[in-house]
Amino acid sequence: MMKKLPLEQLPAFLKGISETKTLVAPVEKGGQVNFDLWTEDSTLRLDVLKTVKSAKGAFFPQVEDIVHFQMQGKNIDIHPAEVLTEDFVLFGVRACDARSFELLDRVFLSDPTDPFYAARRAHGTVVTLACNRPEETCFCTNFGIDGADPAGDLSAWMTEDTLYFQANTEKGAALVAGLADCDDGEITETQNSIREILNKLPLSNLNLTGFEGDHLKERFDDPRWEELSRGCLGCGTCTFVCPTCQCYDVKDFDSGNGIRRFRCWDSCMFSDFTLMAHGTNRPTQKERFRQRFMHKLVYFPSNNDGIYSCVGCGRCLEKCPQSNHIVNVIKTLGVKEDA
Amino acid sequence: MIVNRLQELLQDDENLQFVGWEKGETPFDRTPKTFTAETLGNLCYDSFCGSNLSKYLLSQKTDKKTVVLLKPCDSYSFNQLCTERRLNRDAYHVIGVGCKGKIDGEKIRKTGIKGILSVREEGETLKIETLYGTTEIPRKDVLLDKCLACKGKEHKCADEVLGESEDTCVGDKYETVAKLEAMTPDERFAFWREELSKCIRCNACRNACPACSCIKCVFDNPNSGVQNKAAADDFEENLFHIIRAYHVAGRCTDCGECSRVCPQGIPLHLLNRKIIRDVNEFYGDYQAGDAIGQRHPLTDFTFEDSEPNAERKGGGK
Amino acid sequence: MHDNIIPMLGVVTDIRTDTPDIKTFRVEGVNGGKCFEHMPGQCAMLSVPGVGEAMFSITSSPTVKDYQEFSIKKCGCVTEWLHHMDVGQQITIRGPYGRPFPVDDALLGKDLLFIAGGVGLAPLHSVINYVLDNRSKYGKVDIVYGSRSKEDLLDLPEIQSVWADPASDMKVHLTIDREQEGWDGHVGFVPNFVKELDFHPDRTVLVCGPPIMIKFVLEALTSLGFEKTQVYTTMELRMKCGVGKCGRCNIGDKYVCKDGPVFRFDELDELPAEY
Repeated sequence: MMKKLPLEQLPAFLKGISETKTLVAPVEKGGQVNFDLWTEDSTLRLDVLKTVKSAKGAFFPQVEDIVHFQMQGKNIDIHPAEVLTEDFVLFGVRACDARSFELLDRVFLSDPTDPFYAARRAHGTVVTLACNRPEETCFCTNFGIDGADPAGDLSAWMTEDTLYFQANTEKGAALVAGLADCDDGEITETQNSIREILNKLPLSNLNLTGFEGDHLKERFDDPRWEELSRGCLGCGTCTFVCPTCQCYDVKDFDSGNGIRRFRCWDSCMFSDFTLMAHGTNRPTQKERFRQRFMHKLVYFPSNNDGIYSCVGCGRCLEKCPQSNHIVNVIKTLGVKEDA
Repeated sequence: MIVNRLQELLQDDENLQFVGWEKGETPFDRTPKTFTAETLGNLCYDSFCGSNLSKYLLSQKTDKKTVVLLKPCDSYSFNQLCTERRLNRDAYHVIGVGCKGKIDGEKIRKTGIKGILSVREEGETLKIETLYGTTEIPRKDVLLDKCLACKGKEHKCADEVLGESEDTCVGDKYETVAKLEAMTPDERFAFWREELSKCIRCNACRNACPACSCIKCVFDNPNSGVQNKAAADDFEENLFHIIRAYHVAGRCTDCGECSRVCPQGIPLHLLNRKIIRDVNEFYGDYQAGDAIGQRHPLTDFTFEDSEPNAERKGGGK
Repeated sequence: MHDNIIPMLGVVTDIRTDTPDIKTFRVEGVNGGKCFEHMPGQCAMLSVPGVGEAMFSITSSPTVKDYQEFSIKKCGCVTEWLHHMDVGQQITIRGPYGRPFPVDDALLGKDLLFIAGGVGLAPLHSVINYVLDNRSKYGKVDIVYGSRSKEDLLDLPEIQSVWADPASDMKVHLTIDREQEGWDGHVGFVPNFVKELDFHPDRTVLVCGPPIMIKFVLEALTSLGFEKTQVYTTMELRMKCGVGKCGRCNIGDKYVCKDGPVFRFDELDELPAEY
């Protein structure tokens, strides 16, 4: 049974949640919309489809302490950082970002489980929101994602005046238990109009033939990487706005009264990513650029039942300073039907 | 027109290569590219070619003679890189391309226009076709910020110029700097803390910056002791931008790439512009990249030089 | 609690200077004994908080009951620091990581050939002593080891007094790159030495050393009739997490920290040439 909430009651609904749990939602700060702590004073932006950063930070923050050390002479005291123990709600996640959590789970929850990520997943409730107005940079449909039917613990649809909810888990159901019941059919029209747009998206029919695991070396050795990577600045924009990039670095910081060991997002596009004392195995931007896309389109699927490590959110299309992104790679290297 | 001229150049030297832009997937995608005789047909120059190709040249070192397209503002960066001997002027045939201000796709999206399929220019109006119907917007409303502080229509370095340019500067480009100067130190601190707290440390500003031309950045060098790809705390993050602004002081041409590429919309150029304004005030007007071979005031000395530290103690005048 | 990425304490109880740039560190838990059990070829993350953390292969054999040893060449921040510390220093340690040499599996009953260059002996040291302590389970054993000079030969006292001892039933073949006073053994590069020794291609080979040496050793072995399926090596790449998540040591669809560091050469052939 679905639930519904008049839009005008949304602030009160969110306030209700925030009284017992941390609430994270797309809010505007300094002119940019990102997933951040929601309070009554926040500017909620459910109209914005693509937050600058993806929602992954709720489970895999950009910077996170792992362990603290106290050094005394030759002795060391080790204090592991605490894992999250409090529940939180992540509100307004789109279908693409919701899928990205499943991909991150395959990395962080596979043996050995990452304790920090696992705790956040266990304590988080994901409330998704269908994409009323898909954009030209969206290409989620290529990965079997339906913006009209997002996953998560609780799925939501928004019309002019109403929010509709469908609980997919007990955690999700608990959030909307107090709301009025309604008929499933009430969202059909919204879903249909979303799907009509999804079918018209200019990038909805990318050809991913040729990126299967058994083409690994063929794709790796493709001479066109040279040309594709030319304009790449070697910055981390694509990586850091990407919902599925999950590489991290581990760094020590001497705070003056102890050492904090933290992990932070890292990018295979950076020159020092694989740098060792005696050199690096990816000396130029070509190798680094290739690694990012080979990982998403070939290596990850090869290890994960053929699932690509891209959800088609299109953030990199909007944010790459050089407009040099995954769609270019797919279109250039994908095997043409008639070839 | 430009491609025709480039093809003429090929008749004299078929080994020429060309640095320009290539059209991509979205209406706004213009990727810096190097073209040869075979691929020259893909070169594109239009109102979306906002990126500065001067820095791109640094990563494309080759023995081949290169023809590069530079907008008036890009020519300052090119000159500066030649002054610093990072580029060799003689290796390039510079074509100054006309510019009437470049369009910012992000600004169009921010107005709420979504699902953009194509953008057509009709005089001062942009006709925009979207998944949700067609709409229009005045061109001047969505120019890149850097165009609003246009340095003028003159190419400071060009072997030939193709097309007309227009000065798109609106008002006083130091207006926002003046506003920041007028704030109390606490207000100013709060302003920058809010802006810089958005930083995700992607390094796009640094990597796009033509003045950041170090082969190995101190922040990437494990032996520097200050290598930090993500800061341990947000205050450290703020310092990255301030240190960078100081590193490029006197060499920054105010090309605006830092702010254009910032995924979080941080007005980084204001840090540089504040320093430019101070330098101008203390040492007389100076524009980095005006000509090849200039000495900038911070690396020059005259007996008339002011003593800023003595004149402005504690941030006041 | 979350021990796969949180380190434990170790104490350095002995430091041996092996060569001008290699020292061997003995590490025990704070209450004595080994920090954890491992198999030959596996690695551990050692760290000095504030300096950094790095992956090292465990040099001692699992058959050593009381401690673990690491032979470490000075070549970066962490190793530099380790080389300057004194006995009694605490460090942090986590592991073991990676897939070991198949000592209880594919290597059982086989005639073995170990080939090492420079500090490349370190990972093989663990296997050699494991084989020695279970000598009856393996066939013939030959060890070819070379270094730049006599002084650069790692573990020379142990090699001469234990491995070369007839009681060990192993043959040791040492070589150095250039003629040197006081050296009457073989002179020349390892790959050529392997060819000269003309091993029968029924051996199972474990090779470790600088990439350039490995490349030519492989050519030498091929010319002697060896197949890639008979040759194992161990890889070294930048690592941070040790558990296949941080992405740094990813090559093709493998993570060196988890799927390696030990690979057979036919497996390496499946990977993109990016190591």
